[in-house]
Amino acid sequence: MTAFSADASRTLGGPDWLTRRRSAAAERLADLVWPSTAEEIWRYSAVDRFDPDRYAPVPAGELGPPGAEAVPGGGLLAAEAGERSGLVVVRNGRVVRHELDPALEARGVRVQGLATDTDGVAEPWLGRCSDASPDAFTVLHDAFLAGGAFVHVPRGVVVSAPIVVLHWSEGDGRATFPHTLVVAEEGSEVSVVDRYSSRGRDHLVDAVVELLVGDGAHVRYLSVQEHGPETWQVALQRAHLGRDAGLRASAVALGGDYARLRSETRLDGPGAESDLLAVYFGDGHQMHDFRTLQDHTAPSTRSNLLFKGAVEDEAHSVYSGLVRLRPEAQRSEAYQTNRNLVLTDGAGAESIPNLEIEANDVRCSHASTVGPVDDDQRYYLATRGIPPEEADRLIVMGFFEDVLNRLPVRSLVTPIRAAVTRKIEQRGGVRA
Amino acid sequence: MSRLEVSGLRAAVDGFEILRGVDLEVESGQVHVVMGPNGSGKSTLSHVVMGRGDYTVTGGSVRLDGEELLGLPTWQRAARGLFLAMQYPVAVPGVPAGEVVAAAARARGVDPAVVLDRIGAEAARLEVRDEFLARGVNDEFSGGEQKRMETLQLAVLEPRIAVLDEIDSGLDVDALSDVARRVEAMTEEHDLGVLAITHYARLLDKLRPDRIHVLMAGRIVASGGPELAQQLEATGYEGLAADLGIEEMSLRRPVAVDPFAEPGF
Repeated sequence: MTAFSADASRTLGGPDWLTRRRSAAAERLADLVWPSTAEEIWRYSAVDRFDPDRYAPVPAGELGPPGAEAVPGGGLLAAEAGERSGLVVVRNGRVVRHELDPALEARGVRVQGLATDTDGVAEPWLGRCSDASPDAFTVLHDAFLAGGAFVHVPRGVVVSAPIVVLHWSEGDGRATFPHTLVVAEEGSEVSVVDRYSSRGRDHLVDAVVELLVGDGAHVRYLSVQEHGPETWQVALQRAHLGRDAGLRASAVALGGDYARLRSETRLDGPGAESDLLAVYFGDGHQMHDFRTLQDHTAPSTRSNLLFKGAVEDEAHSVYSGLVRLRPEAQRSEAYQTNRNLVLTDGAGAESIPNLEIEANDVRCSHASTVGPVDDDQRYYLATRGIPPEEADRLIVMGFFEDVLNRLPVRSLVTPIRAAVTRKIEQRGGVRA
Repeated sequence: MSRLEVSGLRAAVDGFEILRGVDLEVESGQVHVVMGPNGSGKSTLSHVVMGRGDYTVTGGSVRLDGEELLGLPTWQRAARGLFLAMQYPVAVPGVPAGEVVAAAARARGVDPAVVLDRIGAEAARLEVRDEFLARGVNDEFSGGEQKRMETLQLAVLEPRIAVLDEIDSGLDVDALSDVARRVEAMTEEHDLGVLAITHYARLLDKLRPDRIHVLMAGRIVASGGPELAQQLEATGYEGLAADLGIEEMSLRRPVAVDPFAEPGF
């Protein structure tokens, strides 16, 4: 733990409100206890292999001062961002470039870095979600939060094209702490895309995403994770929804060595609705690990979750999800479905759906499947003259299609579909 | 001109022989119908010809234009010009029929655009609505929709010989008529050879057969022209079996006796 010291945390700079938040977390570093698979929420995970001594935070000197516009790789990534109304490039956890449609800026929309928020606009919001669900990794995150993206949409403003955030992390033995804070005030609408990529031997990405969806606001959110093969990701994505708020959040996970996403949604206001989707596909020795929580704390709320994954080669995946309907959540509906395709004998998937129902007037269901490609489907396609590898490609793509079709940002569906196809076609291939 | 020759075909499932020496020959442009009671081995015949993995071939041969198909995987049999329209077509969620035929074309070295171009016209001819072309093939289709979609793929892919496994089951009269008329037209327009397997004679009104074969207990016990179907209509399978002096019409797999299952043992 020597590299993650309070001293190292102090060197990161930025506005006072942010350094205060960092030092509060840094004070807890000395007592930090790393989780183990003995804890239910870490069961089946790779956390027992986690060794903090393999990583160090990116030194302040390498990060550069907050607001410095240095964008190695940013240009290329920006070209992939597609149609957008705003762009933020985050390198090693600090915003190095941001831009926004001037018409939206004029209406008070804010897209910027946390480390340059000298007015402290983000201060009352930062941590609202993540503080409600702390663990050792969020404490570490808070202590080394170098910057991160802040998207603020004022009351009633509609942002039609997505705001794209590109998180780029690199460095051998480095730990980075990307953060995305989205605040959609009452009656506003916004789409946000987080694209994560990284490279480096032994790279740790400890990420947090906070989505605050105000009363009557609608947020569409898509995260695409294409980390390098030696990256470990431990991420928390948490959303709080107000009255009649709507969230469509989706995750696409393709990269990483071990990549964990804890995705939590709290429906705090009556009439709130959330639609949660994920596609994940692991190969080689990858492990994708999802923990979801659909937490209904208000009446007449609705949540619907559909997570679909595939594993091949020696890859593994975990889906563990909880639907919680609290006593106040009468007349609510919650649905949870997890389906997994296991494409090779060496691969495996765990699926653990759970319900915790404390209200009596609710509708609730959960479903989970883990299995190989259906032989009957393969045979059917073979009777048309389709060889087995091609049949599998069709079946796997078809399996993901209902999720891909519902991804909230349409412009990215084609590249995501292509990335999934590449995974299938690399099957059995040698991986770095 | 193509020819499918099935000779002395024997096949077993889990060591129990279901086909006990089947001989058949279907040529381009011909319609052969195999009829038989439940359990006679009809569906087994279609799957063994197509090479489904669950069956073990214990003897005989299946040749297409002289080439032995036994030993080839299903997709290669199809690529050589064989097609199986299934009794229970399998749903492949998220994979529409267009993608299926495009992939089938690619595997044959045919430009997918060629087959995709034909889909619209075939859909109109078979009254397949657009929504069924957009959806995953057979995914929550009714029996009639499934059989129309099987026929659409058959028409678009233009195989040389088509095996139709109970294409007449699970669909209404209108769908049956559309499907049979389309298949009949293919035999004329494209010289398609047809091996239709059915339980009922009603298919025969629409699909004018050249030859009828009656399958009982894994063997073809009678072959003849369309008049054989009329005879069957009059006597039923039991009557025909009695006329032929056949005791066993259907094959029932022996059930393993478990002495411990007896109460009081």
